[in-house]
Amino acid sequence: MSESNPMAGSNSSFLKGRYSAEKRFKLYGVFAVSLALGAVIFLLFTIFSTGYSAFWRTEFQVEIQFNGDYLGITQESSDQEVREANFLGLFRKNLAEQNNDVPRRELRKLFAMFSESAADDLREMVITNRSILGTTQKLKVLASSSVDMIVKGQAPREIEEKRRVLNDFQLGLLDRWTAEGRRSSSFNHRFFTNGDSRSPELAGLGGAIAGSFWTLMVCLILSFPMGVAAAIYLEEYAPKNRLTEIIEVNINNLAAVPSIIFGLLGLAVILNFFGLPRSTPLVGGIVLSLMTLPTIIIACRASLKAVPPSIREGALAMGASKMQTILHHVLPLAMPGTLTGTIIGLAQALGETAPLLMIGMFAFVVDIPAGPLESATALPVQVYLWAESSERGYVELTAAGIMMILIFMALMNSFAIILRKKFERRW
Amino acid sequence: MVAYLIAGLVLIILSGFYLGQTRAQKLQASQRLHSLPVYHGYHVALWCAIPSVIIILLWFTLEPIVIQSAIKSDLSGKLAGVSETEAMMLMTEVKNISQGITGLSTEDPQIIKAGEAMASLNDASRTSMLVIILAIAIGITLYARSMISPEFGARYSVEYIFNGFLFFSSTIAILTTIGIVLSLFYESLLFFEQVPVTDFLFGLKWYPQIAIRADQGASSGAFGAVPVFAGTFLIAFIAMVIAGPIGLFSAIYFSEYSSHHTRTIVKPILEILAGIPTVVYGFFAALTVAPLIRDFGMSLGFTVEARSALAAGVVMGIMIIPFVSSLSDDVINSVPQSLRDGSLAIGATQSETIKRVIIPAALPGIVGAFLLALSRAVGETMIVAMAAGLNANLTANPLENVTTVTVQIVVALIGDQEFDDPKTLSAFALGLVLFFVTLILNVIALSIVKRYREKYE
Repeated sequence: MSESNPMAGSNSSFLKGRYSAEKRFKLYGVFAVSLALGAVIFLLFTIFSTGYSAFWRTEFQVEIQFNGDYLGITQESSDQEVREANFLGLFRKNLAEQNNDVPRRELRKLFAMFSESAADDLREMVITNRSILGTTQKLKVLASSSVDMIVKGQAPREIEEKRRVLNDFQLGLLDRWTAEGRRSSSFNHRFFTNGDSRSPELAGLGGAIAGSFWTLMVCLILSFPMGVAAAIYLEEYAPKNRLTEIIEVNINNLAAVPSIIFGLLGLAVILNFFGLPRSTPLVGGIVLSLMTLPTIIIACRASLKAVPPSIREGALAMGASKMQTILHHVLPLAMPGTLTGTIIGLAQALGETAPLLMIGMFAFVVDIPAGPLESATALPVQVYLWAESSERGYVELTAAGIMMILIFMALMNSFAIILRKKFERRW
Repeated sequence: MVAYLIAGLVLIILSGFYLGQTRAQKLQASQRLHSLPVYHGYHVALWCAIPSVIIILLWFTLEPIVIQSAIKSDLSGKLAGVSETEAMMLMTEVKNISQGITGLSTEDPQIIKAGEAMASLNDASRTSMLVIILAIAIGITLYARSMISPEFGARYSVEYIFNGFLFFSSTIAILTTIGIVLSLFYESLLFFEQVPVTDFLFGLKWYPQIAIRADQGASSGAFGAVPVFAGTFLIAFIAMVIAGPIGLFSAIYFSEYSSHHTRTIVKPILEILAGIPTVVYGFFAALTVAPLIRDFGMSLGFTVEARSALAAGVVMGIMIIPFVSSLSDDVINSVPQSLRDGSLAIGATQSETIKRVIIPAALPGIVGAFLLALSRAVGETMIVAMAAGLNANLTANPLENVTTVTVQIVVALIGDQEFDDPKTLSAFALGLVLFFVTLILNVIALSIVKRYREKYE
């Protein structure tokens, strides 16, 4: 070793070399940390810059004449009759009359610039307010996803017609309407209220949010009492024997089992053996509760351990039984830490995808699930489904869905931190 | 019907609690009780709740079995002489009719009749369950209430049940592990009945196609899992190449160089990486990193596939940086200060101290941290499902696409599942291998870290 004698400090070039090696080494550290930080920033920047545009949708102003004769309904018609009326025809007739310079064979291209939902929106307007029949209204009608993509610059404009999402005719119309001031954009409320849809401009997270909510509720109801009970047993009751040791090793190992294995367990045991219904938040919640359990047990044990023995001794000295000591005195003091751990565990469960895929929570669900026994999907699974979809309109939706997951997780985690800061006692 | 049952039961349990408590309170007015009135209340409520819940669970498990066998004996003429699969399909049809699902149903009057019979049996079963369970619950409540006396030790019984619940909860972890092992073993055995173990473990071709025609047997697919294992380790290796140095140097920087202030700000930001859901990384890999790597590789003249192993590996590496860094940080921090002081005192610079003293001292712990991170990388699903390939490809070239164990599990189980088809069952065999590999990595890592800690305590 050439540096075997570090005491040879009189040699100044040797010292210099050592000092520059010192600087270099420190730089490696700085470089590694900045690389990791750069990755965080790049990741978040990519997601947010891709996703923010999904919160806005392009609309066109169209004059609609609600012609009752054409629809075959009057002010007195029942809701059923209104539902059966031909609103798509009405919408197209209005469009064609207003754009009478458009040749007949091009009408199809004109219609394709609007979302399929236009007719349904008109129908809803008539159902809620019959007096609209016979009047002419200036309405803002949702544009199709292709138009939206061009307007937002997410689909290229300056390429040959065949590969573009809009053809030359549609592009011309779009530019004309923009110049006339008929194009506008508005907040995409459908993103929060709608279920999934085959049309990107109509797809929303409402169903997935409800699905995740039910799943987390089931997970909380199962894992919180079980986790707290297991922690109490291990911390306050368990004798030091082989069984206790096995339980502790098992809990630590469960925390490290890949999440997809829990999905296989759910599929083989909960779905096939016990026969619970597939694709439901109930099964999803059971599987996730098995994964959350170790987190809750570990957090609750740490909090129980932090309660000083004097509390227990005081309660026992006053004649309380062991159960009374624990339930009335020790556990309430350990609650803030336990709740913090539970919320952090639930935030992790919110982001889990693989186990839910295994138990079939990837169904195409249009309706918003109203309970834990209905077919549902969950937030991260919805994101996965959109990400796997080839249509360009889903890219911004995927990123926006991820933004929503990250926002929910950030809220849960900050709530947990506030809870700990506010209620945790240091002894 | 079930909603009525639950509502009725809850009502009975609550009134049981109330009845028990008030009766004990009345007794308390005249004489001294062994237990507080509230324990008498709990006692009555528990007496009512526990047997009822057990009966309900039993009912739900046994009901389909009993009804199915009754219907089967009705249909015995029809079922005689058909194969097991056909019999199963007939029963599914009967079940659909009983649930009112029509459309694909048959015209066969016998089947329709059986379906209607099943529906009426189901109705009868649910109604009788409601009546029987509510009757039992009321009966037990009244009996438990009659047990109340001044000498009766209600608190003892309640605490006994409470302790039982605590113990049961703590065994859930064991039950889960047993459930995982048994279910994986059972389904894997079914798989290995159709595909020999040696073919699975040593075969070089993985084509788990579904049999398209009925006469295509298991032989139509090839289930040699070596390319799948190789792909998994290639991606995990790339991830470790990224996360190992970055994580280790970050840990060294945080524990030896950075000021307390920087550490408290920067470290939590790094830990964000550990909290981000993996589906986010998958999207990031597929949308941003894979095209970047592809364009960069193309500009250098390499052929890079769209779903290259490199893209998935790099993103997975980013994901596990915080595992490596925070575990290594702990390990480095537990090296005794006296070793540092000694080295610095004989004139070593800080970097020399780290390289010659701290790292060698902390090496076992760092190896443990790396193994834990590796196990995380091997079991990771969503990144590879979204950014790695689907076709098994035996290669060591990170620019080609490879598939992983977790991807193949997802592919096999998304879509139609048939539990007699080797394609579906192969997921469980792969899961079994995955479970044991990650388990062994974890056990080794944890025991290394534990022994290391004990050395310095």
